[in-house]
Amino acid sequence: MQKKLFPVLAIVAAAMFFYAPFMILAAPYESTMGLVQKIFYFHVPAGMTLFLAAFVSGIGSAAFLFTRKPWADRLAVAGAELAVVLGLIVLVTGPLWARKAWGVWWIWDSRVTSTLVMWLTFTSYLLLRRYGGPGSDRLSAAVALFGMVNVPFVYWSVNVWRTLHPKTTVVPTLPSGLRGPFWFCVLAFTLISVLLLMVRTELEKRRQELDELYLAVEE
Amino acid sequence: MKEFVRAVWLVTRKDLLVETRTREIFLTTVFFALACVLVFAFGFVREGRPVQDAAAGILWIAIAFSGTLALGRAFERERHGETLRALLLAPIDRPALYLGKLLGILILLTAVEILVVPLVALLFQAPLFTHALLMVGLLAAGTVGFAAVGTLFAAMLARARSRDVMLPILLYPITVPVIIAGVRGTAALLAPEADLPMARAWLSMLVFFDVVFVTVSLWTFEPVMTE
Repeated sequence: MQKKLFPVLAIVAAAMFFYAPFMILAAPYESTMGLVQKIFYFHVPAGMTLFLAAFVSGIGSAAFLFTRKPWADRLAVAGAELAVVLGLIVLVTGPLWARKAWGVWWIWDSRVTSTLVMWLTFTSYLLLRRYGGPGSDRLSAAVALFGMVNVPFVYWSVNVWRTLHPKTTVVPTLPSGLRGPFWFCVLAFTLISVLLLMVRTELEKRRQELDELYLAVEE
Repeated sequence: MKEFVRAVWLVTRKDLLVETRTREIFLTTVFFALACVLVFAFGFVREGRPVQDAAAGILWIAIAFSGTLALGRAFERERHGETLRALLLAPIDRPALYLGKLLGILILLTAVEILVVPLVALLFQAPLFTHALLMVGLLAAGTVGFAAVGTLFAAMLARARSRDVMLPILLYPITVPVIIAGVRGTAALLAPEADLPMARAWLSMLVFFDVVFVTVSLWTFEPVMTE
């Protein structure tokens, strides 16, 4: 089932990402920001799927810590890697927009800062996994769990400190011409995220099997 | 319950006893904190006077940096003496072991702060003691939050490779809320006209973070430290 569905979905995702620029080009200009607003079609969907990936990784890590099921660990790794990639997209596209809209590359605002902190947490998850040596799968699971629990608190504490980023309430109030390409991009990013999660968990599964086979041969 | 408290105290007492005999972690941590303050002074003092809010930032950076060092050393000592396994084999609950270690580190960091905080007040002309009670509250709550996560991570990293560098990499992003609340709360107290309601608001946030961090740490310590 999964094997047959996967190529179909992959082709759909590729087609969507090919078509997305044309759709964004055809969308009307936003009245105050003009051209720079168009980065929003990739920035916001990437941010949304970043939270999805981080959530998947956190849940997978919690499940792995308390049940020790290998599938949960695979899901956690896949989610963490995806979160780092999507976070990078968000953190690169954000400053590009900010330079035009706010006049500076970076602002220590609550959304911006909490995204950076979350990205750093999942990067450290991957660093620990790669360089931590034996048993680091369990240790990194604790990091991801903490990272997930921490997100609202980072957001809250920076929020009290300062806020400038456009509110998420801009999404439901989008003018009709901008709404179509936006939700199209959200769908494209969600689809590619799910596909990448599937591929990465499968890859991790095979890697684990290979490790076990090596151990069996050595014994 | 009584057994649990006794186990916590035994672990703490063991750490304090080892420390009072050598004073290794205490002395190195204090001088490390001093070195931090010195380096930051060159960045944040202009024409003999510190820039605004610098004292609050320097104080908390010194606490966070030296706290990381103390945490790493405390577990390095266990690993070096090959006593970590013995601790884990001891017939006590894992949460008791965690709380015992946390308490030991808190006592150590409190001792360091008793020396470093007045020194920062002195060197940066910061009126840290005009609202002494609130300041002590911020310091205590901030240190508990930082050490709660720190003890868990230092314990679990004790047997990992590249643990020295991994500890700050993991610890600082996670403790961001504590650092923000600590620095902003202290800065509110040190402002030309102390903003007491703001400082109280940050203090209550810190207490809330403490509760969350200690709870999650207690919850994860057992699965993380079990083979």
